[in-house]
Amino acid sequence: MGARLFGASVQRLEDARLVTGRGRYVDDIHPAGVVHAAFVRSSLAHGLIQSIDTSVARTMPGVLAVYVMSDFAAFASGPLPQLAPHPLIQGPITYEPLASGEVRHVGEAIAMVLATSRAEAEDAAERINLDIEPLPVAADLAHALDPDAPKARSERADNRLATLKTAFGDVAGTFARADHVLKETFTVHRGGCHSMETRGVIATFDADDRRLEMWTSSQSPYLVRRNLASYFGLDESAVRVRAPDVGGGFGPKAAVYPEEAAVALAAMMTGKPVKWIEDRSEHFLATTQQRDQIWELEVAASNDGRLLGVRGRCLHDNGAYAPYGAILPATALGSFPGPYALEALDISIDIVLTNLVPTTPVRGASRPSVAFVLERLADRVARHLGLPREEIRRRSFIRVEQMPYVTGTKARDGSPISYDSGDYTAALNLVLDKIDADGFAARRAEAASRGKLLGLGLASCVEDTGLGPFEGATVRVSSRGRVIVTTGAASQGQGHQTTLAQIAADALGVSLENVSVEAADSGKFPLGISTIASRVAVTAGSSVELAAQQVRRKALKTASHLLEAAEDDLEIENGVVFVKGASDVKVTLATLAQSLAGTAGMRLPGGIEPDLAATAYFESTALTFAHGSNACEVEVDPETGDVRITRYVVAHDCGRLINPLIVDGQIRGGVIHGIGNALYERMIHDDQGQPLTATYADYLLPMASEMPNIEIYHLESPSPRNPLGVKGAGEGGTIPAAACVISAIEDAIGPGGTFLRHHPISFEEVAGLIDTRTI
Amino acid sequence: MSDTRTISLTLNGAAKTAETDVRVNLADFLRHSLEATGTHVGCEHGVCGACTVIVDGQPVRACLMLAVQADGSTVETVEGLATDGALSDLQAAFSRHHGLQCGFCTPGMLMTLHAFLKEVPNPSETEVREAISGNICRCTGYQGIVAAALDVAASRKGA
Repeated sequence: MGARLFGASVQRLEDARLVTGRGRYVDDIHPAGVVHAAFVRSSLAHGLIQSIDTSVARTMPGVLAVYVMSDFAAFASGPLPQLAPHPLIQGPITYEPLASGEVRHVGEAIAMVLATSRAEAEDAAERINLDIEPLPVAADLAHALDPDAPKARSERADNRLATLKTAFGDVAGTFARADHVLKETFTVHRGGCHSMETRGVIATFDADDRRLEMWTSSQSPYLVRRNLASYFGLDESAVRVRAPDVGGGFGPKAAVYPEEAAVALAAMMTGKPVKWIEDRSEHFLATTQQRDQIWELEVAASNDGRLLGVRGRCLHDNGAYAPYGAILPATALGSFPGPYALEALDISIDIVLTNLVPTTPVRGASRPSVAFVLERLADRVARHLGLPREEIRRRSFIRVEQMPYVTGTKARDGSPISYDSGDYTAALNLVLDKIDADGFAARRAEAASRGKLLGLGLASCVEDTGLGPFEGATVRVSSRGRVIVTTGAASQGQGHQTTLAQIAADALGVSLENVSVEAADSGKFPLGISTIASRVAVTAGSSVELAAQQVRRKALKTASHLLEAAEDDLEIENGVVFVKGASDVKVTLATLAQSLAGTAGMRLPGGIEPDLAATAYFESTALTFAHGSNACEVEVDPETGDVRITRYVVAHDCGRLINPLIVDGQIRGGVIHGIGNALYERMIHDDQGQPLTATYADYLLPMASEMPNIEIYHLESPSPRNPLGVKGAGEGGTIPAAACVISAIEDAIGPGGTFLRHHPISFEEVAGLIDTRTI
Repeated sequence: MSDTRTISLTLNGAAKTAETDVRVNLADFLRHSLEATGTHVGCEHGVCGACTVIVDGQPVRACLMLAVQADGSTVETVEGLATDGALSDLQAAFSRHHGLQCGFCTPGMLMTLHAFLKEVPNPSETEVREAISGNICRCTGYQGIVAAALDVAASRKGA
């Protein structure tokens, strides 16, 4: 075999198209005769629709149709199916494609205009008059469970959608025996999606065949197919859903949306291709977000600084609908106990309905929030005991010799969670070494001489990755010797075309350029789940490996027959199978593929099954756990509170790296997202549920001018749970980042300063925390 | 409402003429009337920079400029950066330094830096970061983009 591509920082196969403007995103697709949709959305957070006057809109130039929900009665009625049913959620708590009775958040779609251009559709949408009777608004998470709180949904008794729990160990005993018990309340805010490409969908419907075809800017094209086929009463074979180039996902594009159903319905009604491209304002109003969790927690610790137990509860802002079941709060439960060898845990999460946009996972889902509260508790114990923060962690971490480590918690399928591999203390020591923690005091003194406050931040995390059950793959050698990998796993920039090609190229002895990856088209690959939860390298990657190895064996068997040589004597390089030591005795993969493609009237060689191809579904039956420690330095201006991150260092372990260039990119982008959560991103609603930060002038995203370089160091503890030894890398950057930055700000303010209990923190808040008299 | 104008401009060296509603912005005109879909629309309020194109030598937000304002102008977009199928040094550097992931902000980043490096051929890292501080990237953390720009500046200097 030639040099292995697995593990090499090869440049991405995707790039040449994308840097030349030849990407093909949903809005770049123009089916002949396409018409454009615009939605009329609720301006109230809660109300009852009394009337919808579409009479003027229907007469506007270019308008083909105006729809409200009742217009769709021939094809569909009622709320969409629950995407991820949860036994505790009585439902469905899902949207109708267009709201017909009660509207439950600002931005909920109520009516739809089709016109020959988007501009004309928007013109007409403005002329639709809505009469909505206001209802009391539940917009305050902290008080939404109070007995007299307004109800977010009129049909329910209260705003508690469900309460999820996890517990292990002798909780009462651990807390009773502990030397120290500390209690804290944390408020964690994550922002929205803010992929640079907004959502978009195109639908066409063939009324004769009753076939629905869609392109959607989705992480989950197969879930869109399943959900909409079920809703419309179509067989899944009659629904083709494709995700073309997708301009970022970050979680919210994994949900199935009412607009997808409405656009499909409009195509069914008109027989014309219908396109809707979300504008940025709609993205703020109607794309799922993450927002607030309020954690009331107690931590039990020993005199020597060991974390023994954590207990408490969380209020989780669910928003008005649960299109994605309880995945976001359930992920919070699954994120305990983090890297800590706790003796006892007792956590409950109240999923609270509010009249706000639904919350679903945003990069990291609830993992960053749990990392934040656990890391804050570790720092709190350090403060209380007067011990260094890293000592609390060293004394409390799960140790490498305890692997595999059964945490005591349970996975979504009810199986016990166990961490598979990793040396958490090694990652911590590495990051402290690389940031030169020993030299920090001198740097702090130097900064102080310039009138600045320097702080060192530290945070660690464990990330569950490789969520089951599968993403499958077919590997096929074409008659020209090209290797075609087909998979259901959608991409939103992760570089799967390259990483999956690296795996297949190694197995089949071909160059990277001879591999094509086709993904996320239900017309080309039968099944798929979703690109979420840092799962594609483990699931699709392993399936490609298994399928490609099967193809390799088949190629060798076929070549053995054609060359009259033993299989063990054969090797494959550069697309040619040859006899070791006699390289002129050879046959190309192309010829082998042709011979297995069949010729009329001729027998197949050696009775081998046709098609030089194989399909594999690696089933990921147990999660695999990445981990890492981050350290950063922030320089705070005591006058303005301005926080500048001057260094950021990551020690990360995601098992074996398929492509370090791509993994580093995932980590860097993830860290920056977490820095945004720590310092900038704040989706604010007033007490009537009106969004106040719905432009990029008010909702701040991390910009190049404020962001540090991210230094990355890898440890590699291969996962024993998949054939590649890989672990996911998509969210490990984000998970500890907000905790790390807040820890650094707190350190900069100094040991006598306020213990920080929330993020994001504004520079005004930071300035207010600094007692300038002491500087 | 249906007030239209015929717009003629030079797009990446080729003369183009198309009729458009007067209210259509340059980004939509390029994408829909001239079918040059390499320019992307990210925010439509002039913050994200994805739609950045070069009009008469100056980088502009194509979502904030009406198509009629570009009548008679010379417009450069991402489709014009490569020559005879060969990537420009900046495009190649973006790939080498993993300066793109989903690729949606990339055309705007490339056009912003294409113009910037002409004006400031030997920038510092801080200057590069300032130059793209009007372009949002949610994927990369910017580091690969900055590295690509600095790499190009260094190699042009050495050339």
